[in-house]
Amino acid sequence: MTAVAEALENATDRVESHLNPPASYDLADHPVPTGREEVWRFTPLKRLRGILDGEASDAHLKWDTTLPVGVTLTEITAEQARELELPPNERPAALSAELSGGAILLDVPAETVVAEPVVLRLTGSSVDDLVWGRVLYRVGAHAEVTLVLVHEGSARYSAIQTFLVGDGAQVNVLTLQDWDDDAVHLGRDAIRVGRDASVKHTSISFGGDLVRMHANVEYAGPGGEAELLGLYFADEGQHLEHRLFADHNAPKTKSHVVYKGALQGEKAHTVWIGNVLIRKVAEGIETYEENRNLVLTDGCQADSVPNLEIETGEIEGAGHASATARFDDEQLFYLRSRGVSEKEAQRLVVHGFFNDLIRKVGIPSIEEKLLETVEAELAKNVLKELV
Amino acid sequence: MSTLEIKDLHVQVTTEDGPKEILKGVTLTINDGETHAIMGPNGSGKSTLAYSIAGHPRYEITSGSVLLDGEDVLEMSVDERARAGLFLAMQYPVEVPGVSVANFLRTAKTAIDGEAPKLRTWVKDVNGVMERMNLDASFSQRSVNEGFSGGEKKRHEIAQLDLLDPKVAILDETDSGLDIDALKVVSEGVNRFRERDGKGVLLITHYTRILRYIQPDFVHVFVDGRVADEGGPELADELEANGYEKYTKAAV
Repeated sequence: MTAVAEALENATDRVESHLNPPASYDLADHPVPTGREEVWRFTPLKRLRGILDGEASDAHLKWDTTLPVGVTLTEITAEQARELELPPNERPAALSAELSGGAILLDVPAETVVAEPVVLRLTGSSVDDLVWGRVLYRVGAHAEVTLVLVHEGSARYSAIQTFLVGDGAQVNVLTLQDWDDDAVHLGRDAIRVGRDASVKHTSISFGGDLVRMHANVEYAGPGGEAELLGLYFADEGQHLEHRLFADHNAPKTKSHVVYKGALQGEKAHTVWIGNVLIRKVAEGIETYEENRNLVLTDGCQADSVPNLEIETGEIEGAGHASATARFDDEQLFYLRSRGVSEKEAQRLVVHGFFNDLIRKVGIPSIEEKLLETVEAELAKNVLKELV
Repeated sequence: MSTLEIKDLHVQVTTEDGPKEILKGVTLTINDGETHAIMGPNGSGKSTLAYSIAGHPRYEITSGSVLLDGEDVLEMSVDERARAGLFLAMQYPVEVPGVSVANFLRTAKTAIDGEAPKLRTWVKDVNGVMERMNLDASFSQRSVNEGFSGGEKKRHEIAQLDLLDPKVAILDETDSGLDIDALKVVSEGVNRFRERDGKGVLLITHYTRILRYIQPDFVHVFVDGRVADEGGPELADELEANGYEKYTKAAV
């Protein structure tokens, strides 16, 4: 290879997405944001309660876990974590790596099929606690597992999480943000999908004062599939932000993103950023992303920004849809034309809006709870008027 | 008994260039047990008539009246009209994600009857209708109209007609987009409804094809927001042979 050809190849390899800052462990690469940065402009920085200052803290969340046979949970050193994990590309994740002191590694060996969901229940005791989290999930080749991560109580919690999914493995991850009203949670989940592996990652945010979650996916080889689902329900004053990044860095890979949210009450604010990068090498890929927001009352704000960067046209398909609206008049008309009263029609539509997503989760024990939580959220406002 | 009387109905829609009158005085009475076909070229206002009677908010009634058994339909809300006995089978039925057909049908039946249907007979009724409409058992678990083929949407509309059992059914281009097998299934469904006592049908169509399966008692030719001609079933044959040209020319 000539020097010029090599330089050119490196140049195309190194094309960095303008949507995501380069990954780095060096905190100097992730300065404290001013709020004007593209990746921070939607987030009310004051309400982060100083997390981004990067104060040392040894506070922890309480972990309750049920580990089926074959699944292990071990503490590893920061160095060991760095060998395995997908590096941070924003400040809170970099701070979590720097300040967590070590990491937790959950291992599912190759070929292991775990029938029952692995449930990790993380509980915080006070918003005064600043907690740095660093967790790695390693699922071996052809293993099958469902991971459920529940966040409860209160804390200022910043976590960097990595999911390494082996070739041909099938993984279903659900992360539920069911915090008390004052919690602050900055989470980064990054997933590397093995060759011909399939991953479903569902992020559900109900509680907390400010929740900002990343779900990033990249591929270790061709044939990987990722389904990224999300559901959020913002009440008065809540800020719920979900940032997705599907990095198609291998051919014949798939990503399918569906996030649905509802907003009710003064200053309920949701943000959805759906970034997709189709690299030059990623021929034959398929991607689709969709975000739908249902605005239930006045005074709410839903930001929804799909971004698609395409470096090759040799793909199967790429599309996105984003819609933020109150009730759909045509849906209400259709239902009412069958005799259903306006309020009953609204109930049907709003339940349907959530059911549609919840039944895709694929974890029956959790689906039931999610339906109940949605019901309780709706009861605060919408259903009260609709009775 | 069921009589739908439409008298001198004027309807307008709001456009970028201001209000536009679509219906320019429609008068039409469907008596007990009668089937009327409305035929006309595209853009003549046929669907506007259907949606105006059903109460779609896009259409503003500027004058005229619509009475169902003497009751003023235009004073009623959309759902009151349905509960009073009107049914509109839509040309483009609307998707309602996450709401199953089974849940939808039961909710609608409960609303129309004012009480929940008896579980045992209801399940039997629904299964029977699904089978007659050639919709398989898993159909009830799908979301309303979501991912339905054109034929499935129309068969689902007629299944509702059967179960909700209105007094008067307005079928808006129910035949459009159907292959011959689906057209037969849909027509048989409509004919079963007509066999019931005193049911009125207003069949809106662009083509005469469906009238071979559903014999109308009267045919109205609709041009430029008005009834341009009326007659018996033989009028459909004449339209089949000569098209709408003589009416559209006259209207210009």
